[in-house]
Amino acid sequence: MSHAQAPARRSPSTLRGASLPSWSPWAIAGGSILLGIGISAAAGLDSKIQWALIAGILYLLATFGFAARVEGGRQAKDRIATSLVWTAFVVAVIPLVSLIWVTVARGVKVLDFYFLTHSMGVVADTEPGGGIYHAILGSIEQVGLATLIGAPIGVLTAIYLVEYGRGKLARAVTFFVDVMTGIPSIVAGLFILSIMLMFDMQPFGFAGSLALAILMMPVVVRSTEEMLKLVPNELREASLALGVPKYRTILKVVLPTCIGGITTGIMLAIARIAGETAPVLLLVFGNPFINANPFEGAQASLPLYIYQQFSNSAGSGAAFDRAWAASLTLIAFVMILNLVARAIARWKAPKTGR
Amino acid sequence: MAKRIDVSGLTAYYGSHKAIEDISMTVEPRSVTAFIGPSGCGKSTFLRTLNRMHEVTPGGRVEGKVLLDDEDLYGNGIDPVSVRREVGMVFQRPNPFPTMSIFDNVAAGLRLNGSYRKSELSDIVEKSLKGANLWNEVKDRLNKPGSGLSGGQQQRLCIARAIAVEPKVLLMDEPCSALDPISTLAIEDLIGELKERFTIVIVTHNMQQAARVSDRTAFFNLSAVGQPGRLIEIDDTERIFSNPSVQATEDYISGRFG
Amino acid sequence: MDISTQNTEAPPPGPQPTAVDRKRAARSASRPGDRIFLGLSRGAGILLLVIMAAIAVFLTYRASLAISKDHGNFLTTFEWNTNIDPPVFGVAVLAFGTIVSSIIAMVLAVPVAVAIALFITHYAPRRIGGTVAYVIDLLAAVPSIVYGLWGALILVPHMNGLFGWLNDYLGWTGVFSWNDGPPRSMLTVGILLAIMILPIITNVSREVFRQVPQMHEEAALALGATRWEVIRMSVLPFGRSGVISASMLGLGRALGETMAVATVLSPDFLIHASLLNAGGGTFAQNIASKFSEATQFGRDALIASGLVLFVITLLVNGAARLIIARRAEYSGANA
Repeated sequence: MSHAQAPARRSPSTLRGASLPSWSPWAIAGGSILLGIGISAAAGLDSKIQWALIAGILYLLATFGFAARVEGGRQAKDRIATSLVWTAFVVAVIPLVSLIWVTVARGVKVLDFYFLTHSMGVVADTEPGGGIYHAILGSIEQVGLATLIGAPIGVLTAIYLVEYGRGKLARAVTFFVDVMTGIPSIVAGLFILSIMLMFDMQPFGFAGSLALAILMMPVVVRSTEEMLKLVPNELREASLALGVPKYRTILKVVLPTCIGGITTGIMLAIARIAGETAPVLLLVFGNPFINANPFEGAQASLPLYIYQQFSNSAGSGAAFDRAWAASLTLIAFVMILNLVARAIARWKAPKTGR
Repeated sequence: MAKRIDVSGLTAYYGSHKAIEDISMTVEPRSVTAFIGPSGCGKSTFLRTLNRMHEVTPGGRVEGKVLLDDEDLYGNGIDPVSVRREVGMVFQRPNPFPTMSIFDNVAAGLRLNGSYRKSELSDIVEKSLKGANLWNEVKDRLNKPGSGLSGGQQQRLCIARAIAVEPKVLLMDEPCSALDPISTLAIEDLIGELKERFTIVIVTHNMQQAARVSDRTAFFNLSAVGQPGRLIEIDDTERIFSNPSVQATEDYISGRFG
Repeated sequence: MDISTQNTEAPPPGPQPTAVDRKRAARSASRPGDRIFLGLSRGAGILLLVIMAAIAVFLTYRASLAISKDHGNFLTTFEWNTNIDPPVFGVAVLAFGTIVSSIIAMVLAVPVAVAIALFITHYAPRRIGGTVAYVIDLLAAVPSIVYGLWGALILVPHMNGLFGWLNDYLGWTGVFSWNDGPPRSMLTVGILLAIMILPIITNVSREVFRQVPQMHEEAALALGATRWEVIRMSVLPFGRSGVISASMLGLGRALGETMAVATVLSPDFLIHASLLNAGGGTFAQNIASKFSEATQFGRDALIASGLVLFVITLLVNGAARLIIARRAEYSGANA
């Protein structure tokens, strides 16, 4: 007879669940904050963490209490979940907004035309002045060379996996692309370093490019694979049925269909390696002077410049200002790459045939 | 236990698009009512307004009244969550919770509503599965995932899940359209049994099915694509299929359009 | 209405070879253009394998040069003296620091990231959710050195209040006791890492939650589930393996993060019971800070520690794969 009892457990009548008025969360929040401050003041607690925590706990208890009384336990749980989700959002947004805000606010202090067009050649790290021209130059050369190596290899590997890939080799490549995705950037740097130690080489820009290329390849392979798989098979078959050789089908039909997506993937990969510091630190070493030759002698790079301004400056305000300005430049570069990449993706989205 | 549905002047929107307009009808308790009509005529939308699932779709809103035994589902202070407990629903494609076992699927609705002893729960699960004519097929594998069943079995599992919480009304949105003929037959038989306990509303594309399972049939139509759907007529199934009072109904049923 | 039920976890169908295909491929392989193109693309794949093999071989070789001369136990020594003769160094402190800071980061970041992903997909009004998602997407691209700079100059000074508070109320545990030193400790590192990996985990989780088939959510709704119950019954179970792989992605980043740790931590070669007192170290941070003054031998020793880091990240990735595979039976894949 247990079944017969079951319906009796719900509120017998009805659909009319009592519910808290829509302003109640705000009212409870306000009350909790006031009470939290009040309790803290009364108990002589001066820590901000203290009253925020008390207010937060009061809010949760009050919400649960009111909701459980008025609306029932399930609704109370629902409200708690809602509050926690909103709280998580607010808590996480604070540091992320702070990061962007501080970088912009402090970065614009010394960021001007002079800063972008001069090097640190004659400026000590603790003095004001100087700029990031040499670092921008180094970054562009290293990232550019890395892209020239990493992007074609990545795209070709993806083409192999999607268009030709079968059997043991393809499975092995797929597996190791996954493994490669997880390589910490500093390990990629150590790998190139171990080769350089073998031949007793001094740091130079291209060594950094090689490490960056290794970091770039798996990212490009993954994104290109995704894009190639979006190209409908009918398209390939239509072309092959016309007697077009397979390589021309790939070059003239498949790639043009998804070139937008592939470009996006490559640009996002560039944005990622442009911010890498660790391998550059090991392999390119940093250089306050302008060195335009990536194949000989230490070079600077933007992320490395930020690190060195921070760590070699003995707390000098001028160096911190330069670090922030360089950070702003780097973020701006990465963001622009991201935005452009997304725009391309939207503009050239492959038609999936649906 | 089954309840009567009284709809008056119901209009539903998706954003600014009016999907159905000014629908009024009465559905008697312990009966099967079938909704038929061409694609896009709003019969599924209308069905979803009967348990406030319509407003789950972004931009979905409703005007008008739906009375469930004299209580307006869209009245002030009505909790849509409680509405959906009273008015169960079975969907076009079988949708058992993929991560739950067969047992847990049937018990899912009950567990929402408080604690049951293990034995109570097993009793209700067994009873519901028997009610859905599925017990004999699954009694030995209640702990296996529900997604391992065949399509027809999955759909009966979903029916068992819906009736386990003892709703007053059971809505079915083309419950057989994804199933093979034999599974369809099993579900149709089941509907015949379920109407002893529930008020059943079923949307179907299949006119033979409407003729076979329903006591009353409502015909929906729209004057042109993009226009809102309307209720053309509702009557005893026998009359609709033999001697409908509106010409459009006869045209549709005899296959002259749609 | 008819949201796709295709599984989201099995690989999307690539072109499946048929007998005809194979025959055609064999014939077309004789065409020079086809031969060259196939050669190039297969070569690229093979090159990738060669690089991976080279990484393993070179790192192991250089590491073995260093470890063979180590007069301490490489795995258990609490010291890093590569310039004395005989050299004594070990990775115990680094392994401890790396794992502790990553665990702190995961404990803080994963729940918050899942909550934000739910916020975007299920709680926030559509437009706000979309904007938040876009911004967090962009934040995932902020270079780690910028997080490091922000952490060292902004986060560290703000930690004093929290540390004092933790010490007052939880200091008795030992884990949260504080000697009033600079808050450049494992806890700060963990918090910074959490902030760093938050956007990554959020993005992937959000994608997974968005792909929960509408019909599973409607199934719960039609049973009279509240929003939270819908999430618990259909969204979280469906997204679980996706959240696990997202977390593993974040964990991988946290384990190997160099600059954000190097700027914030004030390292030493001891294992501290307290998370609040400065000291300790991680693999990547130790390599970055010791590198510029290291001799050739010192660099080999650092490479040896890098090899250990590499192995740890491989193990973590492998474990993630196992977890996901084991859950396959109950995943949304066979819905």
